[in-house]
Amino acid sequence: MESVGLMMLIYVFVLAIFVGFELISKVPPILHTPLMSGSNAISGITVIGAILASGAEEFTLSTILGTIAVAFAMINVVGGFLVTDRMLKMFKKK
Amino acid sequence: MSTIIEISYLFSSVLFILGIKNLSSPKTARRGNFFAAVGMLIAIVVTLLDRHVLTFEWIIIGGLIGSVIGAILAQKTAMTGMPQMVGMLNGFGGGASALVALSEFLKLDGSVPVHTGIAIIASLLIGGVTFTGSMIAFGKLQGIVTGKVVKYPGQHWINLAMLILVVAAGAFVVVNPTELSLTLSIVFVALVLGVTLVLPIGGADMPVAISLLNSYSGIAGATTGFVLQNNELIIAGSLVGASGIILTNIMCKAMNRSLMNVVLGGWESAGTVGSAAETSHKGQIKSVDQEELAMIFDVANSVVIVPGYGMAVAQAQHAVRDLVNALENKGKNVRFAIHPVAGRMPGHMNVLLAEAQISYDKMLAMEDINDDFPNTDIALIIGANDVVNPAARHDKASPIYGMPILNVDYAKTVVINKRSLNVGYAGIDNELFFYPNALMYFGDAKDAISKLTHEVKNL
Repeated sequence: MESVGLMMLIYVFVLAIFVGFELISKVPPILHTPLMSGSNAISGITVIGAILASGAEEFTLSTILGTIAVAFAMINVVGGFLVTDRMLKMFKKK
Repeated sequence: MSTIIEISYLFSSVLFILGIKNLSSPKTARRGNFFAAVGMLIAIVVTLLDRHVLTFEWIIIGGLIGSVIGAILAQKTAMTGMPQMVGMLNGFGGGASALVALSEFLKLDGSVPVHTGIAIIASLLIGGVTFTGSMIAFGKLQGIVTGKVVKYPGQHWINLAMLILVVAAGAFVVVNPTELSLTLSIVFVALVLGVTLVLPIGGADMPVAISLLNSYSGIAGATTGFVLQNNELIIAGSLVGASGIILTNIMCKAMNRSLMNVVLGGWESAGTVGSAAETSHKGQIKSVDQEELAMIFDVANSVVIVPGYGMAVAQAQHAVRDLVNALENKGKNVRFAIHPVAGRMPGHMNVLLAEAQISYDKMLAMEDINDDFPNTDIALIIGANDVVNPAARHDKASPIYGMPILNVDYAKTVVINKRSLNVGYAGIDNELFFYPNALMYFGDAKDAISKLTHEVKNL
């Protein structure tokens, strides 16, 4: 099971990298700044790991680290998506 | 329940992919960002339902603090400050990944599969480097830390030694997962390494540094995905990692430099070669004032504006918009030519122009406009220098030789707005200023462009 599980993760990793390259090479240069801030927000997905770490039953050092991680990741998520939207709504064609 | 969670993660991953796919056009980009945000919301909500989450108070506290800080940053940051904002976000993403990995390490009870151990160490290293590296990048962009290339003897060897130290210590921890103090020292060295890796990088190379740190923050997320055996983290992290790598590549190509050259710090030979080039052209510089310039614009039909970092520093984007409107009211064709490394991050100029309500179909990338310069009456350069230096095309002795540039010198007239004759980032003279078709228009960008607009309107 263990090796099958690991192999699946590696499959997903490699395929996702290819999908990423395909998608991102189609983003035009004028949108490169929003791409960076938006992808930054997506990398805030670490928040789900942080939630699992800080929501454990007994309070330990692990909980404290998890809580700080939740705060860091949420800065990324909320700040990233909001600022990206703020930028994108300025891009208009007259 | 766990099946529902897994399916939700899959759905959320698909939304991320659709989100980035929609970024391929400015028309759909905003919808794409919304898709990705919904994907994130779904992922967060189902994780809260996970049976391993038993207490909520700390999640709520951490979540609220982070959300409030994030929302304030997103609202308050000026568009000229976007590179700093993105730099800081990179850091928090990397930091969060490292913290999650450390927290997982503390939960280990002595036995750990080798691949999980490796993933934890990788996450601590990459996440730690991303965190402090991004803070230094933020400091450099904000002007708190020096924007100069920082050099000290043996710096690359010291960095290499630290990296080897981390890998060796990491290998030991993978075999003996109870080594807490050793793990903490890995974290410490990773944090130091982030500082020493980014400190040597000069201010104008920040587009590369920011892109690279962006990819690190994604890779850190993906390695944390391996720690938690979570596919969504791996997918999202890989997407971001790929994005950062592509942007890093584009930036390096646009400067005709290898990633190693940028990371190791600046144009090494700029000083000596620059002085040699200086003596080679001692032509006359022609300077104009706003009245003469307005008359030249009056008889022009097509105008291409080349913005650079100087426009951002002077906050001149709104003044430029007024000039564009004044010229268009007189029936002139005005477009923008944007070099990939103009500004301090990829796409920086486009965001500033969009903020000034300039239509995005007027913003052209280098390869789309370069052939048009021979048919252009006026190329107006605002705060750009090295990206329009023709020496890059022919002067093999120039440190920027081979760098793709905007061929502004092919336009009938080139107008260069600069505060002074100072050299650009590469530290070399720009021979363009001495060309027979070049006119210098000295002054602070915002002030000079406003004066020009005033004269254009009065004609």
